[in-house]
Amino acid sequence: MDPEDKICEEDTWIKSSSSHESCEPPNNQPLTSFDSLEQKMDGSSFLDYGTTFDEQFPGFNQPSVAHKINDKNPILGKHYNQMSEAQPSNKVEDWDPRAILNNLSFLEKKIHQLRDMVHLIVGRREQVMGQRDQLLVHQQQLITANLTSIIVQLISTAGSLLPSVNPTVSSSSAIGSLGHFGGVTNSSGFFPNSGIPNINNVNKVDLSNQTDLTGYCGAEQNCSVEDHELKSDDDADEGENLPPGSYEILQLEKEEILAPHTHFCTICGKGFKRDANLRMHMRGHGDKYKTPAALAKPSKESTSESMLIKRYSCPYVGCKRNKDHKKFQPLKTILCVKNHYKRTHCDKTYICSRCNAKKFSVLADLKTHEKHCGRDKWLCSCGTTFSRKDKLFGHISLFQGHTPAIPVDEPSDPGQSSEAPKVGQMDIDFKSSAPSGSAFQNAMDTKFSGDDSTSISQLNFDTSDSGFNEFPRPPFEDAGSSFSFLLSDAYGYPPKNGRYSNSNDLE
Amino acid sequence: MKKQKSIPEPNFNRFDLLSDEIVFLILDSLDDPLDKKSVSLVCKSLYAIESRHRKILKPLRSEHMKKNLIRYPFISHLDLSLCPVITDSSLGVISGYCKETLRSINLSRPRFFSHVGLSNLLVNCRNLVEIDLSNATNLKDLAAASIAEAKNLEKLWLVRCKSITDIGLGCIAVGCRKLKLLSLKWCFGVGDLGVGLIAVKCKEIRSLDLSYLPITNKCLFQVLELQHLEDLILEGCFGIDDDSLTALKQGCTSLETLDMSRCQNVSHIGLSSLTSAAGCLRQLSLSYGSQVDLALADSLQKLSMLQFIKLDGCQVTSSGLKAIGICCVSLTELSLSKCSGVTDEGLSSLVTKCVDLRKLDVTCCRTITYASVAHITNSCTSLTSLRMESCTMVSAEAFILIGQRCQFLEELDLTENNIDDEGLKSISRCSQLASLKLGICPNITDKGLIHIGNCCSKLIELDLYRSAEITDSSILAIARGCTLIETINIAYCKNITDRSLVSLSKCSKLNTLESRGCPLITSFGLAAIAMGCKQLTKLDIKKCQNIDDTGMVPLAYFSQNLRQINLSYTSVTDVGLLSLANIRCLQSMTVLHLECLTPSGLAAALLACGGLTKVKLPLSFKSLLPPPITEHLEYRGCVFQWRDKAFQTDYDPKSWKLQLTEEE
Repeated sequence: MDPEDKICEEDTWIKSSSSHESCEPPNNQPLTSFDSLEQKMDGSSFLDYGTTFDEQFPGFNQPSVAHKINDKNPILGKHYNQMSEAQPSNKVEDWDPRAILNNLSFLEKKIHQLRDMVHLIVGRREQVMGQRDQLLVHQQQLITANLTSIIVQLISTAGSLLPSVNPTVSSSSAIGSLGHFGGVTNSSGFFPNSGIPNINNVNKVDLSNQTDLTGYCGAEQNCSVEDHELKSDDDADEGENLPPGSYEILQLEKEEILAPHTHFCTICGKGFKRDANLRMHMRGHGDKYKTPAALAKPSKESTSESMLIKRYSCPYVGCKRNKDHKKFQPLKTILCVKNHYKRTHCDKTYICSRCNAKKFSVLADLKTHEKHCGRDKWLCSCGTTFSRKDKLFGHISLFQGHTPAIPVDEPSDPGQSSEAPKVGQMDIDFKSSAPSGSAFQNAMDTKFSGDDSTSISQLNFDTSDSGFNEFPRPPFEDAGSSFSFLLSDAYGYPPKNGRYSNSNDLE
Repeated sequence: MKKQKSIPEPNFNRFDLLSDEIVFLILDSLDDPLDKKSVSLVCKSLYAIESRHRKILKPLRSEHMKKNLIRYPFISHLDLSLCPVITDSSLGVISGYCKETLRSINLSRPRFFSHVGLSNLLVNCRNLVEIDLSNATNLKDLAAASIAEAKNLEKLWLVRCKSITDIGLGCIAVGCRKLKLLSLKWCFGVGDLGVGLIAVKCKEIRSLDLSYLPITNKCLFQVLELQHLEDLILEGCFGIDDDSLTALKQGCTSLETLDMSRCQNVSHIGLSSLTSAAGCLRQLSLSYGSQVDLALADSLQKLSMLQFIKLDGCQVTSSGLKAIGICCVSLTELSLSKCSGVTDEGLSSLVTKCVDLRKLDVTCCRTITYASVAHITNSCTSLTSLRMESCTMVSAEAFILIGQRCQFLEELDLTENNIDDEGLKSISRCSQLASLKLGICPNITDKGLIHIGNCCSKLIELDLYRSAEITDSSILAIARGCTLIETINIAYCKNITDRSLVSLSKCSKLNTLESRGCPLITSFGLAAIAMGCKQLTKLDIKKCQNIDDTGMVPLAYFSQNLRQINLSYTSVTDVGLLSLANIRCLQSMTVLHLECLTPSGLAAALLACGGLTKVKLPLSFKSLLPPPITEHLEYRGCVFQWRDKAFQTDYDPKSWKLQLTEEE
């Protein structure tokens, strides 16, 4: 097969995949962006994704018969359509595992196809050696496009479950798994009571947009829960009011707290962060560690009932969390101790690479911050940024002389913002790697991240060194004609409705 | 001048004996700007003194800004609301010449300037205390940030600056701490946060206009804590409701004026909690709001100082009106315009209690009759203003009572009433009458109007729209007796001829003449007006078919103050239109259904009239005018309004009246 034919093939592929992700532009830009994303997979979240993704589908790696891609495509599209049409009629009050099963089998098929394609490529690569470079690029794009669509589908499947899942999330293990996409897929079994209507929504409406949003939601929820958890380290137990003496006070030493590993193999001395990993490791030391009883998680009941409630003290003398403090407030768990000690008594060694301003002593805090960094669009003249407008105004009303700073003026013509999706932005969050639908997100990012030089350079005017007064003059709106519109607007308010949809309020 | 030369000492100027201060005092007492102009033309020294004396400048165009500012170095108030175009460079000129002397600038109409020019102006003119930026819809938060540089600002109008958001307003709040007056009407981008910050930072605020803002109780709490707030306008704030107002701990004690019109979600419950502390409230507007009944009147009980209530467009009950009369005895002004449910009983019981009433508006209270007027005139003898348009149930005899009992009337609106000559004769006793509206009063004739002309020498405004029975003799009497008249409307008075216009040309203060649909008027009459009434600024000669180019030429030559003209349905051609270009003040022109007008003639006229800001043209010309010309005119600040109206032949007045009654 000569290369031109292949390009045609690829085009149809892209088309067909864009039928799943209807917002995806026909050009290859988003794909290449994903490309660059893959290359920049040094961020830990991407590593997470990569590994979990691999782990998720180990069973699909058996070789199978190679199909012609063209033959497969229509079926694939049809299948998807059927599914999306079938879902709305499937409105069940309670969670329907069949829907999830449908989704999963669809994914399975897709992955099969993808693997077939990779096989095909592997086969061809040996045949055609001449036009390799160009081919390689196209092939890579093809695969990444498919991977993207699979991931999007995965997120949609899992993400649709999230809102109903949220109340049940309380343990840190569930929270942790939410952040990773592998964990999200698992959640179909994890949360058996989640509602189906969300899935319907996802399939009914523009899929790509929805999935992106749900992915976003998932991340948001994740971090908000995380935030809460972080705070609880220090504050939540204040209301606990355990009478002194009713619990056992443990105090770990500084070295213990800061040690990278907490679980050590009694045989070889190897350290682990997690007990589960230690248990897995122990298997290597003999058959007696391989019994289900030894591998199982030590059950909580047996330990907690027998023992007094444990509370922890901070080793730092003079700290409120130290047992010698007059108003001693104990810490609940070892994790609390660790986070508390690092936050309050250690240097902040993790610096945000995006803003180069915020420093953290706990890696998780940095990650949480990085999710929001640059999106704090409400800026004060003192340089402080706020994620919420009312927080900014509260700050300004408190301090003398602080004024709201006007961020980069909106791109002067509306068309400009629509062509704003940028490759450079793609590597910030995994969620923006679903190219379609994230354009808005990206546009927002660029608008307000004043210090992010890469994003600004994407805009057509150079703002990096000019003061506010030197910005390009915005075009005039027709003042005369807008008057009547304004009046009609004025009377168009909903009469008994406390909230207005303020067009300038992007939240 | 020749006489002066014959005096032995030719080098000596007698005006040199007068010190500047004395001339300033003399100039101060000259009200008419034309008089001052005459003074300045006497000699060089008076010219120079007049230049130094002038504080206020209201130019029509920005082209000669530099010259004007050089001539008048002490301008403190610059009103640019008539200039169609003000660019950043014109603002640069102003900031370069005015510097610290400028205290007030009005930029409420012109477009084409940006935050750059504004910033330049505010940096250079640091003593600015008043800025009017209304209608600057293109200004964004950056402009607001540059306003914040004016630290001494006390009054700021931002009406309809819809692109300014909370962020911009926040900058103003922080920068302009001395603000006393702020108008944010129709600034849809501004919400609770911005207004709240204003209330927190600008403690000096006296007057605050928050009309049509999407605000809720959140910022209202903060606003009401302002110590000096006297004047609060909350018109059309739908986000404010009873629930939030009842949560109000304490109202504003300093409040004197409160406008809550069109607040649909506020009833007497919210009002009473808002006004509970505002003991010194003097003015209250509840127009187009909730029903005016006993409960609402009860909420007004604590407001013993209340002088002015505006209840326009409300549903009122008789018991409510009665209760208002009982609790607000010191009322001097009451407006019930377009209220439904105003009955003789309710109105009578109200006015019998409020004997101090000075102004009463019962426009379109169609159910009131002779009884109401009898009670009004009986108890409110010191009325200065009575507006009762379209009170069609009131009989002719009632108007005799008005003349007999209310002799201090200055303003009387009797449009569409049953008044007859007897009533007019009685009303002519009101010698203070300045404004009299008798539009659509078919029963009045010359007989009654001659009495008005003979007795009401202070008349300034007279409206005779469609009072079809009157003829030249009325107008003659008016022109002879009411020499101060400034505005007269004789539209559709079909019997009016040139004689009337010739007599009106003696009224030198006349500035507005509306003679629409007077077919007997010709160019001769118009020429007389043009020559006699130099102050003429507005002229409507629509449907005066006998007016042609010969009327336009004297108009163009003599009426140099003409700003607005309507020429539709006249016989004016290209020549007449082109001659109007000689009027340098001309800003607005309506040219519909001119049969002999050609596109090229129109284009030439439009190009020649440099100051045009608004032109109303037939839609058919839109495609005929070359696009570059329209573009050029738009660049000069001219707004085109294209109309596609069918050619109308005027109704016979009788059939028109018939149609009116059918509509009712």
